[in-house]
Amino acid sequence: MSLLQISDLSLTIGGHAILKNVSLSVGPGEIVGIIGESGSGKSMTAFTVMQLLPRGAQATGRVALGDTDMLTADEDTLCHLRGNQVGMVFQEPMTALNPVKSIGDQVAETVMIHDRSSRADALRVAREVLERVGLPEARFPLTRYPHELSGGQRQRVVIAMAIAQRPALLIADEPTTALDVTTQAQILELLRGLVDDYGMGLLFITHDLAVISGLASRIVVMRHGEVVEQGPTSQVLAEMRHPYTRMLFEASSHRVTLPPHPDTRTPLLEVKGVSRDYPLPRRKLFAPQEHFRAVRDVSFTLERGDRIGLVGESGCGKSTLTRAILGLEEVQEGEILLDGAPVWSGHAPNLDVRRKIQVVFQDPYGSFNPRWRVGPLVAEPLHLLEVPPTGSALEARIGAVLDSVGLSAADATKYIHEFSGGQRQRIAIARALITRPELVVFDEAVSALDVSVRAQILDLMADLAAREGLSYLFISHDLSVVQTITDRVMVMQAGRIVEEGPTETVLMAPQHPYTRTLIDAAPRLPNARAS
Amino acid sequence: MLRYTLKRLLSLAISLIVASLLIFSIIEVAPGDVASFMMGMNAQPDTVAALRAELGLDQTKVARYFSWIGGMVTGDFGTSYTYRAPVAQMVADRLWVSLPLAVYALLLSILIAFPAGIFAAARRGRAADVTVMGATQLGVAIPGFWFAMMLVLLFAIRLRWFPAGGFPGWDESIWLSLKALTLPAIALSLPQAAILTRVMRSSLLDMLGEDFMRTARAKGLSARQALWRHGIRNALIPVLTIIGMQFAVLLTGAIIIEQVFYLPGLGRLIFQAITQRDLIVVESVVMLLVFTVIMLNFVIDLAYAAIDPRLRLRT
Repeated sequence: MSLLQISDLSLTIGGHAILKNVSLSVGPGEIVGIIGESGSGKSMTAFTVMQLLPRGAQATGRVALGDTDMLTADEDTLCHLRGNQVGMVFQEPMTALNPVKSIGDQVAETVMIHDRSSRADALRVAREVLERVGLPEARFPLTRYPHELSGGQRQRVVIAMAIAQRPALLIADEPTTALDVTTQAQILELLRGLVDDYGMGLLFITHDLAVISGLASRIVVMRHGEVVEQGPTSQVLAEMRHPYTRMLFEASSHRVTLPPHPDTRTPLLEVKGVSRDYPLPRRKLFAPQEHFRAVRDVSFTLERGDRIGLVGESGCGKSTLTRAILGLEEVQEGEILLDGAPVWSGHAPNLDVRRKIQVVFQDPYGSFNPRWRVGPLVAEPLHLLEVPPTGSALEARIGAVLDSVGLSAADATKYIHEFSGGQRQRIAIARALITRPELVVFDEAVSALDVSVRAQILDLMADLAAREGLSYLFISHDLSVVQTITDRVMVMQAGRIVEEGPTETVLMAPQHPYTRTLIDAAPRLPNARAS
Repeated sequence: MLRYTLKRLLSLAISLIVASLLIFSIIEVAPGDVASFMMGMNAQPDTVAALRAELGLDQTKVARYFSWIGGMVTGDFGTSYTYRAPVAQMVADRLWVSLPLAVYALLLSILIAFPAGIFAAARRGRAADVTVMGATQLGVAIPGFWFAMMLVLLFAIRLRWFPAGGFPGWDESIWLSLKALTLPAIALSLPQAAILTRVMRSSLLDMLGEDFMRTARAKGLSARQALWRHGIRNALIPVLTIIGMQFAVLLTGAIIIEQVFYLPGLGRLIFQAITQRDLIVVESVVMLLVFTVIMLNFVIDLAYAAIDPRLRLRT
C-alpha cells in the first residue's frame, strides 16, 4: 500500500503543458528521489501533491495521498491534510520563514492550526520538535527570530514546522541546494533520521545526482515534464537505460582537460599579508568600535597561466577576499599587487590595474541590465581602456569575443531575456574577456547552472585556457568542479587559508582537518558506472 | 531596542535644529520689511526705526535666532506683529481645530483603506478588485474642494445632517464640534484613503508572493488565515510610511478645505500671516508643524521596530 500514488498526472498552467503523464509512488518509510534539471517539472509535481499551484493550473490524473485524491478534494480537506498528513520543506531557507514572527510561534502554529490546542501546549510541542531537529533550547530559545539564525538553522526550523504533526509524507524540494556542503550533510542526515524514527515517506527533489544517489532507495528521472526513467537507485545508476539519465550522470562527473601550465614562472597576482575588517554594530552607546576580521593575514601568489581554486563555506571570507582583489574595497593590512602594481593606491582603486582584471559572477539572471542589448553589455568594461575602440573596431571586437565564447556576432543586437541561463553565463564571460584581461575571477560562476550547462561552461573555460592562456581564480564551494578546472587549490576557513597545494594532492591527501571535513561532507557519485 | 530609540532621538534633535535654522534663514531672506509694511507706504523713517526696535528687528540675526528658539522652548512664541496678541495663544486656538481635524481625517482614511485594500488584494484581478481600484482612481482624481462643496450641498443643505461650515468650539459642545468637523474630515480623507488603499493592496500583494506565505499554506493554513496571520503585519511597514506622510499633509495642507468650511485652522492662520508679513507667526507656526511632523516620524520609527524585530538590532 503506497502512501502517495501519482498516476497519469498531467498539468497545464495557462494552457502550457508542464507535466505529462507522470506516475510515481512513495511508500511509508521510503525515500524517493526526483531528479531533473530546471524546467523538468520536478517542483511542480511537488506543488501538485500539495495543491499549492499557481492560478490557471489544470491537473488531470490522480494524486492519491492515502485514500484522498488531492486533485478532487475540497479546500477544507486540503487544509486539513497539509501540515497534518503531508509536510513540505523548501529550497530557500532564508525566505521561507516569516521575518516578523519568532521561530517558536511559527512552529507552534502548525500544531495550533490542526489540533486546536492551547498556545502553551503548542509551544511545548514546538520545543520538543525543535530539539529533535537539532536546535537545543539553550542556544535556540523559542523567542528567536529567523534573522538571528544561519541558513542551515533556518532550514531546521522549516523542517520542524513540516514534521511537527508527524505527517505520513514529507516533501523536500531542493532542501540543501542553498546550503554549504557540511550543512547539507547534516540536513540530509537529519532527514534520513526522521524517516527512520517516524516511518515517514520522503519525496526528495534535487538536481544533484550525487546527493540523491546516497539517500534515496528509488530514483525518478524527469525531463521536460515527463518521467523518463524510474526504479531502485542501484539499478537506475547501474543500467542507465535512458540516454538522458546517462547524460545527467556524465555531466555531473564531467572532467575537462586543462592545457599544461606554461613554463614561464612570472608572478601575476601577489596577495601579501592581507587582512580585511568590518565594523561591528556597537553593543553599548559609548562602547569602543569593534571590528570583525573577515580575512586574516592571507598571502598567496598567482603566476601567469595559473588556474587556482579558492574553496570554503559561506562566511569563510572568500567573497571578501575576492572584492579586495578586484579593488572594490580597501584592505586594512597588507597589499595586493597585480603585475607588480597595487590594485588600490592611496585611498582609491588603481584604474591601470582594474582593466587587467575582470570578474564573472554567479547569477546569470541578475548580473545584466535587462534594458540593454548584448553588444553594449559586453562592451561596457571597455571604458576602462585609455583609448576605447569605436565604430567598426568596436563591433569587430564585440563580434570576436562573442564568437570566442561560442555565440555569434549577430547576438550583439539581442536583449538578455532572449538567452538561457547557460548562454547568459557565456555572455558574462565574453564581457569579462573583452578587455583582454590578464586575470579573470570566476566567483561561483557555474554554481547556479544545470549540470549539463555547467559541463559546457567548464569546457569553454578549459578551451579559453588553451587558446588564450587565460589565468584565473576560481571561487567555489563545489569541490568536484574545482577538482577538474584548477591546477592548484586554496582552502579557506574563518578568514584564513588553512591549506594550499596542487589540486589533486590536496583533494586526495588533505592535510588539514577542515579540508578533510569538506571532502567527507561532499556528496559523491557511486563509481559503479563510471568505470 | 534602547539603542535604536536613542539613535532615533538623536536624529530627531538634529532634524529639529537643522529645520529651525532653515526656517529662520528662509524667512530672513524673504523680501519685505515688516515694520515698513505695518506703518504703511508713507511712514516716516524714524517711526519705522522705532517700530523695528520695538519688534526687536534691530538686533543681530544670531541674537534673534536664539531669542526665537529660546522663546519656543519655554512656550513663549512671541507677539504677533499685526494682531499684537501672543502667538502661542493664537496657535493653540487654531491647533485645537487643525489637530483633531487631521486625526479625524486620518482615522477615516485608515478605516476605509485597510478593509478596502485587504479586500481588493484578496480578490486580485476579479471584479471586486477592479471596482475598488477604479474607485481609488476617482478618489485621487476628484478635487478636494469640489468634493467638499458636493458634501455641503448634499449633507448640509439638502439633508441638513451636518452644518455647512463654522466651528462652535470644544468648550461649547464636543458633539457639535465633532459634527462640524465631520464633513471637512470626509473631504480631506477621500484622496488619502484612495492612496492608502492602493498602497495597502500592493504591499499585501507583494507579501502574497513571498516564500513564507507559501510555507504558511504548506502548514495547513487557509489562504485567508495565511493572509491575516503572516501577510498583514509584514505589509504594514510601507503602509506606515505613507500614513506618516499623510498626517503631515493633513495637518498643514487643509487650507482649502478650511476655507470651504470656514474653519479657524492653522492653514488659514499661515495664509493670513504670510499676506500680512506677520513673520513671527509664520516662523512659529511653520516650526511647530515641523516639530509635529518630526515627532510623528519618530513615533513611526518606533512603530517600525515594534512590527519588525530585525530593526530592533539595527543601529
